[in-house]
Amino acid sequence: MPLTITVNGEPREVRADAETPLLYALRNDLGLVGTRYGCGLAQCGACTVIIDGRPVQSCDVPLSSVLGKKITTVEALASDAALHPLQKAFIAEQAAQCGYCASGILMAAKALLDVNQDPSDAEIRAALERNLCRCGTHSRILRAVKRAAKEMKGG
Amino acid sequence: MAQANNTAPARKLPGSLDTNRRLDRWLSINADGTVTLITGKVEIGQGILTALIQMTAEELDIDVSRIRLKPASTAFSPDEGITSGSRSIQESGLALRHAAAEARDLLLARAAQKLGVTLESLSVQDGVISARGGGSVTYWELATPDLLAREAGFDATAKLPQEHVVVGTSLERVDIPGKVTGKPAFLQDMNLPGTLHGRVCRPAGPGATLKAIDLKEVEQMPGVVAVVRDGSFLGVVAEREEQAIRAERRLARLAQWIPGPELPANDPRQLLTLQAEAETEVISNKGNPENEPETAGAKQLSAEYTKPYIAHASLAPSCAIAQWEGGHDQPKVRVWTHSQGIYPLRGDLAQALGLPEPDIIVTHAEGAGCYGHNAADDVAMDAVLLARAVPGRPVRVQWMREDEFGWEPFSSPMVMRMNAALDAHGNIVNWGHELWSHAHSTRPGGKGGVNLLAAWHLEKPLPAAKPGNPPLPGGGSHRNAIPLYDFPNQRVTNHLIRRSPIRASALRALGGFANAFAIECFMDELAQAAGADPVEFRLRHLKDARAKAVIEKVVQMAQWRAGEQGDGERGRGIGFARYKNLAAYIAVIAEVRVEEEVRVTKLWGAVDVGQAINPDGVLNQIEGGMIQSASMALKERVDFDRTTITTRSWDDYPILRFTEVPEIEVALINRPEAPPVGAGEGTQGPVAAAIGNAIHNALGARLRDMPFTRDRIVAALSA
Repeated sequence: MPLTITVNGEPREVRADAETPLLYALRNDLGLVGTRYGCGLAQCGACTVIIDGRPVQSCDVPLSSVLGKKITTVEALASDAALHPLQKAFIAEQAAQCGYCASGILMAAKALLDVNQDPSDAEIRAALERNLCRCGTHSRILRAVKRAAKEMKGG
Repeated sequence: MAQANNTAPARKLPGSLDTNRRLDRWLSINADGTVTLITGKVEIGQGILTALIQMTAEELDIDVSRIRLKPASTAFSPDEGITSGSRSIQESGLALRHAAAEARDLLLARAAQKLGVTLESLSVQDGVISARGGGSVTYWELATPDLLAREAGFDATAKLPQEHVVVGTSLERVDIPGKVTGKPAFLQDMNLPGTLHGRVCRPAGPGATLKAIDLKEVEQMPGVVAVVRDGSFLGVVAEREEQAIRAERRLARLAQWIPGPELPANDPRQLLTLQAEAETEVISNKGNPENEPETAGAKQLSAEYTKPYIAHASLAPSCAIAQWEGGHDQPKVRVWTHSQGIYPLRGDLAQALGLPEPDIIVTHAEGAGCYGHNAADDVAMDAVLLARAVPGRPVRVQWMREDEFGWEPFSSPMVMRMNAALDAHGNIVNWGHELWSHAHSTRPGGKGGVNLLAAWHLEKPLPAAKPGNPPLPGGGSHRNAIPLYDFPNQRVTNHLIRRSPIRASALRALGGFANAFAIECFMDELAQAAGADPVEFRLRHLKDARAKAVIEKVVQMAQWRAGEQGDGERGRGIGFARYKNLAAYIAVIAEVRVEEEVRVTKLWGAVDVGQAINPDGVLNQIEGGMIQSASMALKERVDFDRTTITTRSWDDYPILRFTEVPEIEVALINRPEAPPVGAGEGTQGPVAAAIGNAIHNALGARLRDMPFTRDRIVAALSA
């Protein structure tokens, strides 16, 4: 029996057993490879997606626990041709080196900006605390999130 | 470097062009209005591809958007060895600069002939060649496949720096848009039709051998296509990734291992007990280092510094895809890898498999940042061994996080013993630096063996190649061991204990990380003994104007006050080095606050990389290097017990997080007239030293062993 999960607003069928971590279904069944494996233990954040408004590390979540929930991945961050302010800000600030952590950080940042339109530096840092970046791009990423927040407020 | 080559007896072409002389190995001018750029260097998050596009577009006088990149492949790319040592700009960049300049000359010659005008009357704008008296023709009309089917000559001259319009600008990185929109950007994301998933069950520890295992149970697990055992190499191939992971976990529970040799204590000073194995070489001997202290009747100091094994800890566990084609008679193996050296990897794979090199095609696809020799090559061998069991099907293997921490080659521990003497004026009259380290390179392509993990575990194991150090002046364990300061008497001695009991290889800056850390902390100790300000003390011992300039710049940025003292909690310190003594100049000031733990609150940096091809790209590399080095200095150490590596997850190996990273301010001293050098590695030693010096400035306690953990602060304060 295929399982049905709701990803980026659409019901999607996955032929995997219910204990399969969401990450592998996203990547290998649905071709949403922007969500990435980093540790499998919910310690690094490379696989962060948004589930019902909250940032969740998809490597550590079985399919059985996300049935009926709304899953958003980095692929849905841009709408049609328009990039999300966070994506524009990451490009403007050149806030990536290798970029492997970028998808997860973007999703954690989106979850923050969705509920807090004017986050302080400390709030941004706290929101990204579960996301690791090994290249040391942190200061650019922090600048990019601030820039996006400002743009979203219309500033 | 290229400029030194001008005086060499045999004429050399710039960079890697000298060993890959065909122009069409590097460039193709296409009828569709594009230019294909082919490099043997690979993107590892350092932005090299963008810089190479700029250098090429500059010489060709075309818009950067016309350039297409081909992934590096042994099927067609120039052999540029390994993307390492911050040498890509010097090697690939200078090669492309010259090749593009020559291609432009060839195109202009054709245009002059076609238009019936002189060369002098021609000008180029975005590939359109126009004659002063009218008439024009494009590159795309003129280029035919034979245009670049020739060896490079010596006549082409690249533009002068003041003529540059693309080089020296902060062109946005070409790869970032894809990386922030979730596009397939990495090898990990490649999806070949019919892909199977493989995982490898590693031994219980280094040197452990597989005693017995019954494979039947695993063979019958859902989705399992093949279980492979060859000696102590044990792996599984399955239809789905999570099935492969579950099968590997079962293998791990079933396997019985005979332990390998006992591992040593986890203490860098263990190196000192291996003196009998050491190859000792005096790498610098100046003046009279034996007697000068006595004759000067001066103050003498000595101190010992260490660093432990540290990990590359790439955010992405290593990954590769392999596919066997053509059956047993005429096998062909295709490999996709994020290795830093596709040709050396192919060479080692060919040796391990007993195949001729041309039967293996190794193609690069980007991985995450690696910072040196991690498991990228090893996983390619794993994928090849597993794919051999399922001919025709691509097998994708990604190591699990615990594999990456447990089996990647680490950076060697090091011990640095420093001694020096001051004369009555507080000047250094004698300098000694002895270092102990394992070799810093065990990459594929070594001599007399195969440097791929799985090859050592086979039924018929292949020996590892002899561990090596890149030679001076760049050096390996002895990188940056010879001070750039001008001392009348000095001796620098390298004790190389080649083979490490735990696998070691190249990590960002190699021995330069620990050597520059030791030199720069010791300079502060000496400044203190001389009653001098550490900045003034450095400047008075330096002759190199560019070295002085970065120090003076960072002092100005941080508003350093001569003789400034910490307050028992907050303090600042400086560190400086010229990477490899021949590349980037970098000076750093760190500000720390010592509470429960050491926090680095701010880092200022000043950097001179000669001509900055892409200034923002340089800044990005420098900022990243500063944060990573701070992380290593404050937190990082690989742990192991007597059997195996016990560091297996991010919980075991904390790195700096968003709540902990310092504010960063970097200034670039651009010198368009000076040769461009890499920016990737030079920060490592100066940052660690600046932090060590800042802690001393804050507390009056000197930490000489990295990492600077809370326990060590407490111990230093109570000493």
